[in-house]
Formats: sequence, structure tokens, C-alpha cells
Amino acid sequence: MQDQGQDQGLAGTAAAPDGDGKRTLPAAESVKKIVAGPRVWQSPDPRAVRGFIRQGAARRGAGLGRPKASRPGETMFRRYGVAIVGSGPAGLSAAARAAVRGLDHVLLEKTDHLSDTIFKYQRGKHVMATPVQLVLRSDLAFDAGRREAVLERWAETSEGRQVHVRFRAEVVSIEGGRGAFQLRLADGDVIEAETVVLAIGTAGNPNRLAIPGAETVRIDYQLDDPRDITGEDIVVVGGGDAGIENALGLAEPDLGNKVMLLQRDMQFTRAKPDNVALLEAARAEGRLDFMTGVRPVSLAPREMTVETRDGPGTLVCDRVIARLGATPARRFVESCGVSFASADKEAFPVLTSEFESSTPGVYVIGALAGYPLIKHCLNQGYDVIERILGNQELRPADEPILVEKFGGLPGRRSVDEWLERMRTGIGIFNDLTSLQLREFMLESDVRVFSRGEAVIVRNDMGSSLFAILDGSAAVEVNAADPSITVTLPEGDIFGEIGLISGRRRGATVRAAEDSILIEAPRSAVLKLMATAPAVKRRIDAVTAERMIKQIFGGTISQADISTILAQCRLQSFKAGECLIREGESGFDIFIIRSGSVVAEKLIAGKEVFLSYVPAGSYVGEMALFDDGHRSATVRAAVAVEAIVLPGDAFRALLDDRPDILRSVQEQVYSRRQINGFIEAQKSSFGSVADMYSSVADFLVEQGIGEATDALLIDETLCIGCDHCETACAETHDGISRLDREAGRTYAHIHVPTSCRHCENPQCMKECPPNAIHRAPDGEVFIDETCIGCGACQRNCPYGVIQMETPPPKKPGLVSWLLFGMGPGPGQPPDSWIEKTLGGGGSKEKVKQAVKCDMCRGVDGGPACVRACPTGAAIRVSPEDYLKVSGMGRATD
Amino acid sequence: MVRVDHTTRRRSAVHESFLKHGGFRYLKLALLLTAVCLGIYAGSSASPVRNGGSAAGYFLGILATVLVVWLAFLGIRKRAITGGRWSLKAWTSAHVYLGVAVLAISLLHSGFQFGLNLHTLTIVLLGLTVLSGVIGAVAYSVIPRRMSDNRGQLSGEQMIEAVQAVDAPLRQAARRLSEADALLVSSAIEDTEIVRGVFGRILAPDRNCPTARALAMMRRQSVRAGPLDGIEDKDEDDSERAVRERVTLLLERRSAMLGRARRHARYRALLEVWLYAHTPLTFGLLGALVGHVVSVFYMW
Repeated sequence: MQDQGQDQGLAGTAAAPDGDGKRTLPAAESVKKIVAGPRVWQSPDPRAVRGFIRQGAARRGAGLGRPKASRPGETMFRRYGVAIVGSGPAGLSAAARAAVRGLDHVLLEKTDHLSDTIFKYQRGKHVMATPVQLVLRSDLAFDAGRREAVLERWAETSEGRQVHVRFRAEVVSIEGGRGAFQLRLADGDVIEAETVVLAIGTAGNPNRLAIPGAETVRIDYQLDDPRDITGEDIVVVGGGDAGIENALGLAEPDLGNKVMLLQRDMQFTRAKPDNVALLEAARAEGRLDFMTGVRPVSLAPREMTVETRDGPGTLVCDRVIARLGATPARRFVESCGVSFASADKEAFPVLTSEFESSTPGVYVIGALAGYPLIKHCLNQGYDVIERILGNQELRPADEPILVEKFGGLPGRRSVDEWLERMRTGIGIFNDLTSLQLREFMLESDVRVFSRGEAVIVRNDMGSSLFAILDGSAAVEVNAADPSITVTLPEGDIFGEIGLISGRRRGATVRAAEDSILIEAPRSAVLKLMATAPAVKRRIDAVTAERMIKQIFGGTISQADISTILAQCRLQSFKAGECLIREGESGFDIFIIRSGSVVAEKLIAGKEVFLSYVPAGSYVGEMALFDDGHRSATVRAAVAVEAIVLPGDAFRALLDDRPDILRSVQEQVYSRRQINGFIEAQKSSFGSVADMYSSVADFLVEQGIGEATDALLIDETLCIGCDHCETACAETHDGISRLDREAGRTYAHIHVPTSCRHCENPQCMKECPPNAIHRAPDGEVFIDETCIGCGACQRNCPYGVIQMETPPPKKPGLVSWLLFGMGPGPGQPPDSWIEKTLGGGGSKEKVKQAVKCDMCRGVDGGPACVRACPTGAAIRVSPEDYLKVSGMGRATD
Repeated sequence: MVRVDHTTRRRSAVHESFLKHGGFRYLKLALLLTAVCLGIYAGSSASPVRNGGSAAGYFLGILATVLVVWLAFLGIRKRAITGGRWSLKAWTSAHVYLGVAVLAISLLHSGFQFGLNLHTLTIVLLGLTVLSGVIGAVAYSVIPRRMSDNRGQLSGEQMIEAVQAVDAPLRQAARRLSEADALLVSSAIEDTEIVRGVFGRILAPDRNCPTARALAMMRRQSVRAGPLDGIEDKDEDDSERAVRERVTLLLERRSAMLGRARRHARYRALLEVWLYAHTPLTFGLLGALVGHVVSVFYMW
């Protein structure tokens, strides 16, 4: 499989060999520092000759792989100026820059084609170029367009620029230090480089099937299109979702494959229940077979030996599809000595403003560095090479955007001065690098407020964070009397409770003087918290302090707060996990910081629902008056973060402060009443108790607990006319965002498949262009910058997001009513769309994520509710849900 | 940069049926209207005539005509999804109560004088329209709960899938039956219709159902086969019996699933069927009404 391609790339960028295997490297002024002097690398390993493969990926029709590949025997005697790992947008752009600047480089790509992630997009997918305002600075041209066009252009450019790429070069380890790194490849080769650029993305590497004889049978670790494989005996190893989906795809009857799936455990624990059901149905129909509790032992041509519970066995096998999960990229990156900001899964590597990691000489760019958008990646590829070459003059590509943001401010400072002022003046930014700060400011806004102007308003929905860059702000702590305020000085932050809990704003905040504030969207802050632990610590501390103040009254003194805070800790609970168990003893108080909990009591062997407690309240106080006896179970309704306040500290506070004691006692009194009510009724309302008992489960399961506004359908009124869906489609480009019939029903209340506008929306978590926002009225919506990546659809636990292309325009209502033109109101059927488009056209169009936006901007509010003829469709918050389902009494 | 303080848009979570909408607002309005009209009728002198010809009758006629036209507009309103603070529930509520009131007003307008003419036809059509509407309103308030109970979280599509899910195992099990029985089972799978025309759905959803027929046959045979004789090869007999039992069981399950799907279809049909009368009657009424108005003015 070796290809003897002419290595023009080397001839063009590096000097010729001077006999004896010594090579003189280019002496260009700017690269002197890094690639100065002749280098000798003597490799005794004959295998090092292997593997420099000029490999085209043209078999998939993308026309890739044309850039230069190395010639065996030549490259082994050299040390590169820079080794770039990963040929995605970031790596490729870096390699192109290195080629243009004459920096001796090698681009290492583990597959046989460039840009594997984009290569794997479905054919014809439209690739977007966001953020629009960001200037592109790269030697690779890039515009929004079809996947093929983008890849073709990059391949051409890389070839034209004489980028030096080595395919099938999977790096397994990186050792050494600046000036002398050794990159060991999977095939045993070692590559030497002075600096390393890691641009490997976040996808990670598939786990390999390491059994004897693995080279005798074709093993695939991914399956692009099952229709490419016909008439084979296939063994799929791995009973996760990927394995099951592949097996089902391959087992389509017209393909003529014989498919066997192997699962190591006795059960399919990792797969979705739906997939397991499909698998079992497929076996019942005789389309495929599967075995559980079985382990592959070895492979021989056309044969796999396996070990089952009943002893060994063999399977006929032309091909193995191994879906054994992936090792995250992070593990490899950490093994190279690069440290991450924290142990959190979302954390990114710690980088300097020059993209340099904690290992000097190793640079990290692209998605791995926290920049998932192609444009960012391309720019960083360019920048990192310039930095490596020592170019200090280079202004970041985002400079014009920041100039515009800071330009209108009083004081005529430069961007750098403003950023420095932010860093030194605002506590949470103290430890940030200018790279982090710039990135943060790209997404954030600088806003000027005049004295008395409202920045946030009580009961508005909002999740952005404000930091006071200049001036001060006044918080109206008492809703009844706006004249009572607490002043926040310069450098302080506010809005953090809304940010963390996803609930409405707790107080109105006005500018106390003419002020300059930084408003950061939730996504930017969350990303910052993931990259900079110091920011997270500071925001967490501020939140804890303010929540305690808000709950126990503004009169609590700073000294008291500090004493309590010192003893508090933050604890996370998964949905369904118990914070407190009935019958146990304990004094801790739990302040719900985000999420919500349900309280239940065990009556006659049944968990009976007592109450629903949202973020911003506390539970566990009753034990203080009950000698530590827990009188009810408290479970997390969704993922919950709670501030745990030790009972002793709280007791001490109550002893000191009779006013706080009184307010807590009132709370305890009302909660006792509820318990008493339930307790007293238990004998008389058997069936009602039954009803109560599963409410909590239903709330948890359906995510109503984290909803801010959910669509419910009272099935005792619903006539199934689907007017709600019609109205939804009519209001939203012809696509209905709700599925009335699907979804669960409880006590005749049906929860259709429709957005719940969660307190902490999962969909927002991983949106590359940050296109998902929460509006002041609480609705979570997706704006037009959506790039159609589908991450939100995958992240939504309730399946309410679809990827859709708007259908063509329909004839109007009158033409339909009078002349029967078009499909009439509602979502047009696929057949009509196809007919109207005449086959072509539609595929070119971008699919974008669509979901309920609560008819944002539509006068009159949600169309589904307005269009319901019988009053079955209602929109409610979780508190209202209990009233609607007739169970509100106990919670009032 | 100006930021406007705004109060949160309050989304009403008012949970009331269309009949109770706004605390029976439109029922009260309809009663009031009827009472006023009754007063006008009672107060008008009986000479020369106590019908549409008098001033009071003329007024009642105009009122009824306006109401009828407005009531007919519901058909447009529910199809034109526009912005604005309208609620289809409020429209439905008003439609029901004012629709009944319009019959009363029209009767007062007629002065209870009937004959074999267009005028009486108009009021008869109105009466039939209102009657069909009342049936619809009753259906709307009674059937949804039953439909929900029957549906048990399944969508219509899933109900059909549930029926089809039994097909494959049933086919497999039936292979080991005698040819005649196997044919019966395969006919049950192939020829069973889940949904028929509207009236079929309502009146006889299960009539001539091949699945029911096959099930009845299987049951009859297992009764006839009786207890084991003990003479024949016991194993074989056992296994044949087991197959039969399995087929019967699967047919029972299929039948139950079919029953649910058909009940669902039946309820849906019941919610729709009254419209088959209501809508044509409305158009007939509008036509007759035009004729009535034109003729009355022409004759005048």
C-alpha cells in the first residue's frame, strides 16, 4: 500500500539533502529561531520507512488527499519545525500557513483523507460560515456551501500551497519538550518536531478490537452507509446504540447480509430501550440474530471464535463492525502533558493567549481548545503558526469586532486598555488570559446605562450575567418599596441567580449612576466557568451568599453570612436521587440552587406526593424542630444543585436571630399542615392517595419539574381535531413544532411532544453558533444563525426539536376554500411538497433546528392555545400543573 | 440604549371547557338576549300580525339574520390562523349558546306561523342545524374522556402498529396448523380492515371481521377436541394442542388490539359525524335565508 509519490512539498519548503542524510533547513529570517541549523535524525527503526503513503480518498468522491505526501527514506532524517496533529479546519489552516511561511511542517492525519469530521457529514450537507461578523484570516478559502464544495476547495488550496501531509498517521504518544518532541505513530514510526500543534477535535478515537488474528478479517469501526455492504456474513461487536443501529441497518432484507450482534453483558444496559425493542423485533422476524454474555476471542479468515457462557463457539464472519465506544480525546491530550482547567467533562485545556498549553511547545487549537466553529478554527490555524514564528505584531482576527464593541464607550481607550481594565477591575476576570477574555467579549456586550435606568426587572426571564465595568448599580431588594436598595460597587456582578437557576429575575436592578456594564449571555458564562475554575468558584460563592440573603431576609449581617458560607458546600444530585430520606436523621438544610425537588411521604407503603419545591427555596428545616428526624423524603425532580447548610451553623444563626427563626417557623408550620392533611386523609381517600402517589413520578419523568411553560392537553376536552398542530404550522413557516398525539398521559392530562422551555435547557448546552436563547418572557428559541448541526436535537431529553427545511409557500386560505388550491391550513404533506418542488431544489436547502418558541413575536400569544376549540390545550408552569390536574390543594 | 420596562406577558392557564368559558359568559349573554327578545315579542301588539311583518318582528328578523351569518363565520375563523387576541374556545362557546338562542329568536320572529312555504323551510333548516349542533356539543363534552380512556397513551398509528405486531408471530404459529385453519388465520391477517367508512365505524365496527371469525373457529375447535383420549401419540397431540392454544391466544390479542383501534376510530367518527349534517344544513340554511329575505322584500 505504499505510494511512491514525488515529494514536491519537501523540495519546495525545505533545502535539499546534503549527503549523509543530513538536511539543511530553510534559513528564512522569521523561522530561524525554530528551525535554525542543520538537523540530524538517525532512526534505526526500519519500520520508519514504511507508511508515508500518498493516499487519495477519491474513492468516496470527495476528491481529497491530493496535497503532498512524503517519500519514504527521505523524511526519516529530519526534525520538523512543527508537527500538526489533525487535519480538520484548524490543523489544515495551520499547515497551509506553515507552507506559505516556509516553515518546515508535517500534517498528521489518522484517516486517509483530510478533515474527517466534515468528510463524514452526510452528502450534500450545507456547511455554514458563522459567526458572520468574524473576519476570516486563513490561507484556506472558506464560504458557506455544500460539503463537497468546501472540501474540494480545501484540497485544492492545500495542494496549491504544497501542504505536507501524512495520512494514516495516528499519533499514539507525544514525548519530549520544546525543540525536540517525539511523536510516536500507531504504525511504530517516530516523528521528531520542534513544536506540536494539537488540532484533533473532541470526537476521540474509537476503541479497537484487540484480539489475535485481527488482521485476517476486515474490521470497521464506523459504518457510513449500510447499503454499501451486501451479501456478507457480518458480526457486529458491541450492544450500545451505535452497534444496534448498525446491525439493524445491515440487516435490511434487500441487502442480503447475515448479521450477528455480540453483547458482552447479559443485558443491553447501555442502549436505548427503543433500540433494544427494535433489535428483539428484528430477531423475532428472523432478520438478524444476537447473542448476549459473549466475548470475541480470536479471528481467522472468515471465522470468529467466541466465548459464551456455555463454552467456546465459532461464527462465520466476512467482516466485523466493532462499536466499542470511544476514548475521549482528552485522555490522549492529557497523556501529552497538557493540563485541563478542571476535572469537569466540559473543561478545556489551559492555554496562554498564544494557544500554548501547559507543556511549552505544545499548542492546542480548534474544537479541542473550545472553538467548535469552522471560521474560528481556520483563524486559529493561521494565528498559531504566526505565534510559533514569533510574530508579536499580529493582531487577533477578532480585533475589528472588539473595536466596534468598545468603540462607542466614553473615555477613548483602546481595546487592550479596556480588556486590561476588565481583568483588573472585575473580580471574576482576574485570572483570565487575554485569549479567554477576548473570546468572552466576542459573545458579550458592553452597554451604557444612564442613572436610574433599569438593567433587569423583577420577574423577567433572563439568564445573562452583568458585570459592572464602570459606575455602580442599585438592587431593589423589597418589591413593595423600590426605595430600599442595596448598592453594588464597580467590579461586582449581578444576574447570577437567574443564570444558574434558570428562574425569573428575583429583583429589579437599576444603574445607580451613569454606568458601563458588560452583559454576558448564559452560554458565554458557562463556557468561561468551564475553562476557568476561578471564575466558577467566584460565581458559585456570590450565588450562595445572595441566595442565603434572599431566602433569610436582607437583614442578615455580612459577618453571619461569612460564618455560614465558610461551612456550606455545593452538592449535585441526579434526577430521582434523594436529598433527604424519610425516617433517617439529619439536620442539614438544602438550598435548591438549580433544578427542583419533590417532597413525598410514605403512607401505607406508598410514596404520597406532598409538594413541589422550585429553585430558590430550601428544604430540610423541619428536622431542626423534630430532633433531627426526617419526616418526608425529598427527591430531585431534575438534576439539582443544592447548597448544603450544616444544621449546627443554621441552628446557631436561628438562636442569634429571632426574626429569621420566626420566618422559618412559619414555613415549618405550613409544611406540617400539609403533612397532617395527607396523614389525616389516608384512611378515607384510598383511591385519591393512589392518584397522589404517582404524581411525583410523572412530574419527574416528563420533565414538568424543570419546565417553565409546558403545553398540556386535558384529554377530557380534547376532540382530536389537531387544530393546535395546524395553528402551530400556520404560525411557523408551515412546520408544526408539536406532536399532539405522542407523549404520556396522566390522570387525563396529556403532555404532548412539545418544548417545555426548561429552566436549564439542555439544548443550549452545546450549540456551536450560540443560536439558542431565552427571551425575557421565558421562551427558549432558536434564531436564524442555526447551522443545522443537530446537537440540540440530540441533547433534548424530550425529543421536541426537529431538523427541518421550511416547505414552499402555499396558496392562500381563500384560494383553498373556494377553489381547492394547495393543501389547506397546517403542515403540508410531503407529497405536496415534493410535487411543488418538482424533485429538485429542496436538497440544496439547509435543514435547521425548529422547536416551539411560544409564538414569540406573534400578537395574542401561543397559537396552539388560541386555536383550541374546546379549551383542552393549556400552557402552564409546574406549579399550575398541580392545580390543573386537580391536586393543587395540598400544595397551596 | 433605552430599555423599556415591561410587565411579563401573562399567559392565562385558565382551565375551563368551552361550555364553561369565562364563567358561562356566553350562556348568560344568550339567556339575556332571549329574555329581551321574549320581552319585545310579548310587548308588541298582535295587530296587524305578530310575525316578521311587524316592527318588532322586523327587528327580531334582522337580529337572527346577523347572528346566523356570524355563527357561520366560525368555519372561517377556525381555519384562518392569524395573530391577535382571539380564542377559538371563546368563539366555540359563543357559537353554542348563541346558536341555540337564535332558534328561539327566529321562532319569535315567525310568530309561530308555519305553512308549506320557503319561510317555514328556512326555520325548519335552522332547527335542524341547531339540533345537529347540540348533538355535536354533547358529543364534544362526553366522548373525549372515553376516547382518552380507550387510547391509554397510544397514538392512532401506534394502535395500528400494535395490531400488526401480532401478525408475524401469528403467521409463524399458524404454519403448523392444518391447511384449512392456516388459511383462516392468513385471511384474518390479510383481509381484516381496521377502519371503515364513517357509518361502518359507528354502527358496526366488528361486523364480518375475519379475525373475529378465525378466533371463533379456533375456540369452537378446541371445545370439540375435548380432553385427551390417551390412545393416540400423546406428544404429538400435545404439541398440536399447544400450537392451537398459541394461535388462539395470538388471535385473542389481535382481536383486543383491533377492538381498541376500532373504538378509537369510532369515537373519532362520532366526534365528526354530526358535522356531516351540520355543515350542509348550514349552507342550505344560508341559501334558504337569502331566498326568504329576498322574497319577503319582493312581496312586500
